[in-house]
Amino acid sequence: MIEFQNVVKKFRRHEVLKGIDLTIERGHRVALVGSNGAGKTTLIRCLLGEYTHDGRVVIDGMEPRTNRQTVLAKVGFVPQLPPPLKMPVGQLIRFAATVCNSDTERMVSVANDLGLDVGRFMHQPFVKLSGGQKQKLLIAIALGRDSELLVLDEPAANLDPEARHIFFDLLAKKKDEAAMIISSHRLDEVAALVNRVVEMDQGEVVLDDRVAELVDISSRLSCRVGLIRQEDAFAKTIGEWGFASDDGLTWQGEISGPDRLRFLGVLSRYAALLANIQLNDTGLEH
Amino acid sequence: MKYLWLTALTDIVESLRSRWFMVYTLVFGGLVVVLFAYGLAESRIMGFTGLSRLLLTYIQLAMAILPVFVLITTVRSVAGDREAGVFEYLLSLPIPLSAWFWGKITGRFFVVFAPVFLALVGASIWGVFKGGEIPWDLLLYYSALLMALAWCFLGIGMLISTVARSSDVAQGAAFVVWLTLLLFLDLILLGVMIQEHLPAESAVMIALANPMQVFRTATMMLFDPQLVLLGPSAYVILDAFGQTGYIVYALVYPVAVGFICAAIGYLLFRRSDLP
Repeated sequence: MIEFQNVVKKFRRHEVLKGIDLTIERGHRVALVGSNGAGKTTLIRCLLGEYTHDGRVVIDGMEPRTNRQTVLAKVGFVPQLPPPLKMPVGQLIRFAATVCNSDTERMVSVANDLGLDVGRFMHQPFVKLSGGQKQKLLIAIALGRDSELLVLDEPAANLDPEARHIFFDLLAKKKDEAAMIISSHRLDEVAALVNRVVEMDQGEVVLDDRVAELVDISSRLSCRVGLIRQEDAFAKTIGEWGFASDDGLTWQGEISGPDRLRFLGVLSRYAALLANIQLNDTGLEH
Repeated sequence: MKYLWLTALTDIVESLRSRWFMVYTLVFGGLVVVLFAYGLAESRIMGFTGLSRLLLTYIQLAMAILPVFVLITTVRSVAGDREAGVFEYLLSLPIPLSAWFWGKITGRFFVVFAPVFLALVGASIWGVFKGGEIPWDLLLYYSALLMALAWCFLGIGMLISTVARSSDVAQGAAFVVWLTLLLFLDLILLGVMIQEHLPAESAVMIALANPMQVFRTATMMLFDPQLVLLGPSAYVILDAFGQTGYIVYALVYPVAVGFICAAIGYLLFRRSDLP
């Protein structure tokens, strides 16, 4: 589906991409990882036809730069940093839906699923939304249309746990029909979502590996956490994950399968308070 | 065309919420208020009186303010949008580059021209309430001249925004362009050059090439058929063109400059890195 053929990108004398060769097929969910300055964003911009470069980038036989409309109609893109658009949310959705030949209702519906009440923000400037709200809206625009390639740059970073779970569900529905490139500077953030890892360093691909799909993207885990004593800070943090407790000592809730590492990372901050943890796949339980 | 109008509308909506637009509107609206407050419509200087006198003063001030405002706001917002990631996101959507670029110019033209034009119309309406008569021919002529001037500097601004990769560089370049054109106005450099025995043809060429000078000469022409106010170069120009010829030139030339600059900007834009 996507082919990078010896792609070289220079900014003046500085070579940012040093001859990238990469093939990505439908059904591939690629974690594009690497430290800052590795060349991930530049590679994505070449893929979107936004940068001129040497070598070729081809999507279904067409170059994105010369066949913009046809190629980009297949691509849903979520940037890492939301653009500071002053236009109202409604205007942004109308603009995106029109140029993507989608309909606004579909995008609004995805946004609503993610927990963003679009109706309430329709006349509010996009830039005035919170980080999480912006992210949800951009995801809704990318997923609320017919796309065969999803390019997601740190897509879940600003989402709350419930929205992340719905987001993972939406990705799961597209996993066989679309290719996905999920960029992150940390593999553990995206590991559970992907079946292939491409690591970049200083403009080169240094690792390209298939990984086992042990975690179902849409799976849920029921979780029980016991504490040795009550702690307000812990209660606040775990409350944000939708957990509840009768006595402040035993907390129960559900987390998304792909979120387990992130959740354990949160718990590790309170390691000294933990008496026990229990995680069960709800699918296996049933 | 659908995408072009959509981009234009988006740019208008985006600009109407910008701080620069508020300042811009306040400046031109405030200008009219100040001119009325100081009783300019009632004064009589060199034969000009009433609304005609006010419009003439307004247009002279607009000549000084409009180009620099259009240049700076265009390059700041366009180059600033690129730096802030607006281009990266919006150009990831399947919109043709031509529709994007020309739609942006179209929308921006509406935004920069509307406040200037509305101030002009507002002044006329106010004048009528004060018991004056609307000088329709002057109003239409000045509106057309302002339109040509706004388009000209919008085109230059879009070219600068495309070439300069950062908003700081773009802003500096825009200021230098404006300052250079300002220096080559009739009364400043051209007067000195003629005094220093520069060939008259060279002075006339410079005056004809400078869109600000073209605008200035054209605005004075109706009141001062001899153009003695503007010095020797304008006198020669009027001799060569005639009044009607010069009016046509004053409307067509700045529009052509704007188009040429915008077209060069577009060619560079579609061949270079977009964000």
